[in-house]
Amino acid sequence: MTRIHIANEKDTEKLGERIGQQVQPGTVIALIGDLGTGKTTLTKSIARGLGVTETVTSPTFNIIREYRSGRLPLYHFDVYRIGDPDEMFELGYEEYFYGDGVCVVEWADIIEELLPEDAVVISIDRGASDEEREYEIEGEEDICIF
Amino acid sequence: MIDGKFAILAIESSCDETAAAVVLEGRDVRSNVISSQIDIHKAYGGVVPEIASRHHLDNVNWVCEKALADAGASMDDIDAIGVTYGPGLVGALLIGLATAKAYALATGKPLIGVHHIHGHICANYIEHKDLQPPFMALVISGGHTNIVEVTDYNELHVLGGTRDDAAGEAFDKVARVLGLGYPGGPLIDKIAKEGNPDAVEFKRVFLEKGSMDFSFSGIKTGVLNYVNSEKQAGREINIADVAAGFQQAVLDVVVAKTIDAALSLNKDKIVVAGGVAANSRLRGMLSAECEKHGLKLYHPSPILCTDNAAMIGCAAYYKYQAQGPDDLTLDAIPNLPL
Repeated sequence: MTRIHIANEKDTEKLGERIGQQVQPGTVIALIGDLGTGKTTLTKSIARGLGVTETVTSPTFNIIREYRSGRLPLYHFDVYRIGDPDEMFELGYEEYFYGDGVCVVEWADIIEELLPEDAVVISIDRGASDEEREYEIEGEEDICIF
Repeated sequence: MIDGKFAILAIESSCDETAAAVVLEGRDVRSNVISSQIDIHKAYGGVVPEIASRHHLDNVNWVCEKALADAGASMDDIDAIGVTYGPGLVGALLIGLATAKAYALATGKPLIGVHHIHGHICANYIEHKDLQPPFMALVISGGHTNIVEVTDYNELHVLGGTRDDAAGEAFDKVARVLGLGYPGGPLIDKIAKEGNPDAVEFKRVFLEKGSMDFSFSGIKTGVLNYVNSEKQAGREINIADVAAGFQQAVLDVVVAKTIDAALSLNKDKIVVAGGVAANSRLRGMLSAECEKHGLKLYHPSPILCTDNAAMIGCAAYYKYQAQGPDDLTLDAIPNLPL
């Protein structure tokens, strides 16, 4: 497990871009953190690192958004509104999680039992100030950034 | 045909509501049935997709039958089937689309696929019988925030959209933070009336000069940070003031960009659509600004702001006039571009 201190949004962006540059096909990145901790900001930076040129917007409304303009396909999930993990089957999540793209899953704690064994789990906590965040990363070998 | 007019049975199921309507020649609404699912979702603080699709399935047949009965019509009177095919939740869209295709296949009547946002804009043609393009449209709802230049009935140019959260989504999330419940838009609108919009200042995000895009994620985080720091300091939060300040920050940006868009492209009309179009503060601010700049403002009544099928029947009519029917292979597209 790796702990990272994030001083501000710039740090989030730098980390996300590095993840996007290094991440391997078939990786599921699970984000766990409260409203406003920067999950979508981190995802936008991962997308930039992957070379995605489209605007990455919140997937809250559609649950899944796909981006195909980068070096790997990016599947951006927001499972906040999933009431029961079974509902993920209706969305055909296996095709995404076990495919060749990169999945980033916001509110991943809601579907914890469905996350692949080798998922990269990033837990985000608020830091001492409004800008700061504390990251705890498990399964980090798959993003090859350390 | 009903009363000698081209009749469309329209179906909408892209998000919360299962809805069906019978609409004659685009603007004459003979029935408009909406099976609201808000109560189910209240328990979850948001739309639950599987619950949504299961209920769409339970509702879609009786909603269609009631739409026909309310219009005093039978399937024989209907000339075409209109249906939303995107954007939205894929499982929810598929129920409406499969129903529409089944009707089309069984009766041999033409199928017309409609873009949900095109439908929202068309709600104004129903409300205002004299309204015609061109105009500038603001589409503002839980899933969308777009400034759209409408040059003809079927010619829409998206000038700007959100780069993160939709406006209505920001309302929902902030309502959750303030413990107000769901749906957040009407609840914030209501409580903000008791608050002082200048008591707590949240940053207005205008992005680059001239940009017609939006960003609401920062305002949402601003509210969270404010609430957290007040709590940590042991101070009581005035929810009405926070709601009013947040709403004002969002609407200042929305109104300024919409007016700018209309003026810079020489439009003399602004048309508002989508769920947040029912927000009373937005209406008040836009109408004051429109008056100042000599612009005419149109918005639909609340029943036509919400997701409904009458607007889909209107959009289907104009699309069919220009482009004819769609193939029965038409598929649901969750992120359908305008």
